[in-house]
Amino acid sequence: MDKPVNNRAWLLVLPVLVLVAFSAVIPLMTVVNYSVQDTFGRNQFFWNGLGWFEDVLHSDRVHAALGRQLLFSGIILAIEIPLGIFIALNMPKRGFWASLVLVLMALPLLIPWNVVGTIWQVFGRVDIGLLGHTLAALGVDYNYVNDPLDAWATIIVMDVWHWTSLVALLCYAGLQSIPDAYYQAARIDQASRWGVFRFIELPKMRGVLLIAVLLRFMDSFMIYTEPFVVTGGGPGNATTFLSIDLVKMAIGQFDLGPAAAFSLIYFLVILLISWVFYTAMTAERERP
Amino acid sequence: MARITLENLAHSYRPAPKTDDDWALKPMTLTWRDGGAYALLGSSGCGKSTLLNIISGLLHPTQGRVLFEDRDVTALPTAARDIAQVFQFPVVYDTMTVRQNLAFPLKNRCLPAAEIARRVQDVARMIGMEDALDRRARRLTADAKQKISLGRGMVRHEVNAILFDEPLTVIDPQMKWELRTQLKSLHREFGHTMIYVTHDQTEALTFADEVVVMSEGRVVQVGTPRSLFDAPAHTFVGYFIGSPGMNLLDAEVQGATAFVAGTTIPLGTAYAPPKGRVQIGIRPDAARPATEGLPFRLIRVEDVGHHRILRGEVAGAAFNVTVPEDEPIPASFDRVALDPARIGVFVDDWRLAPLERAA
Repeated sequence: MDKPVNNRAWLLVLPVLVLVAFSAVIPLMTVVNYSVQDTFGRNQFFWNGLGWFEDVLHSDRVHAALGRQLLFSGIILAIEIPLGIFIALNMPKRGFWASLVLVLMALPLLIPWNVVGTIWQVFGRVDIGLLGHTLAALGVDYNYVNDPLDAWATIIVMDVWHWTSLVALLCYAGLQSIPDAYYQAARIDQASRWGVFRFIELPKMRGVLLIAVLLRFMDSFMIYTEPFVVTGGGPGNATTFLSIDLVKMAIGQFDLGPAAAFSLIYFLVILLISWVFYTAMTAERERP
Repeated sequence: MARITLENLAHSYRPAPKTDDDWALKPMTLTWRDGGAYALLGSSGCGKSTLLNIISGLLHPTQGRVLFEDRDVTALPTAARDIAQVFQFPVVYDTMTVRQNLAFPLKNRCLPAAEIARRVQDVARMIGMEDALDRRARRLTADAKQKISLGRGMVRHEVNAILFDEPLTVIDPQMKWELRTQLKSLHREFGHTMIYVTHDQTEALTFADEVVVMSEGRVVQVGTPRSLFDAPAHTFVGYFIGSPGMNLLDAEVQGATAFVAGTTIPLGTAYAPPKGRVQIGIRPDAARPATEGLPFRLIRVEDVGHHRILRGEVAGAAFNVTVPEDEPIPASFDRVALDPARIGVFVDDWRLAPLERAA
């Protein structure tokens, strides 16, 4: 069949191109613009090539922030994914309790980031916070303001509290779509509980798990508001993650050139790791 | 393999069943012969899947016992019953190959690896999937997946019975016929007791040696396809089996004569005076266009290939007559004649036995 070729059809995608240009391409280009220029003030810029990129790539400060960030995302995924699956497996399947549990599970997801930060900031305070005070009363030496380990623990527990629901709800949706016949067949085949999980539930959850891992990775890798509210990146630089460091560089020090180069590298790192996750998790599916 | 007996079995999905309607399965006693090919036939929601799930142990009956030979298995879980079941939607383990799928039930039962390999090879030959053994199960067509489900049952030699719960629902029409034929030959060759649930009378009648017809949670008749057709025990069987179903007319019966709307019909044999709602039933192929007999008003003629169906009315009730394709239909007729030997008498929907045979 001959397809008619009419190049004027390109005009039809023009509105979308304009929208995307304004919402993404042009802002990104201003960042690109900053990243290759330097200035001595008075709005006079001169070409700096890839100088800022080299600086950022060799910066110990950025390396340290990246290391903390990778560790944080790694811990978050290692806790939230298995915990979310475990919760989903134990949620009631139908009836009143299923609805109630769904609503309760969704609650943390509805709270804005800075409010979550504030809640935990107060919750963990040794003087007036329920958690901090109770721990102190029990004789636990806990202080997230002074102790890096306590600061990390607080932020991780906070993130787990905030986002495990998302993983659990996604997994729950995946589990609900498995027909009863699969479980019945497994009983007839005398499969163990582990076998049912490994050969029925996990494969059927693969699609939603991919989404959950990607969402939780990207979100945790970009985390800013909650640690900023709870610890402000401290004590010292202990919880200064990439985005906190970036904001310090861009707004605190007003180093727009390095910050722009940092942003682009940050973006590419997220893109790269997401791609790795996606490829790894869909590779199995493509096998004959 | 074993004979399966259901003893005074009944099931309700409600915690405290009171009225008749609360019972999904009304009390029944039934024996399934060892090595028989049975079909469990009935319309949707009549309790056939419930019955099947009770036999396989996926459901625990509210009352009654399930016996395999003389062993009471009512309280035993599914795994301990050695039952295979094939479901409506094909169940395969997606991440496994065909070989791993077939080996799974044996692995779970901790058989030695060599024995597993041997049996998997055997069963693959039976279901004709030797070439596909190392393929991933999830990529296969629905009929191949259904064969794997069956294979996972047959790979266990000690299996007592293979249950099928409408296994051909999602299979393409041309594959249906092929799979059904394959099932029959597997049954002939290996002699497993097979119970096949379906709402499709063609499937039931072609597959089974004996058909169990269910209606509203009750077993209304057990018999060979022929006897269901010739002597339905209940008007439901008469109506459900055959296409079109049996014609039913309200009648009065006195001895060997029936009266329908003022017309006298000879009945071949004599009956005791019936009490209740009396109907006579006649298969469409046992009636023919005539110049005397019951007044018949023709509404339309349908040509379905090997015969034609005359759809019409007798005394206000729908009445169908089939005429073989090589027989001409009279240009005008207003009556139908019935074959006396093939008229059945039903009282309150149940077949009434004639006098001399009842004695």
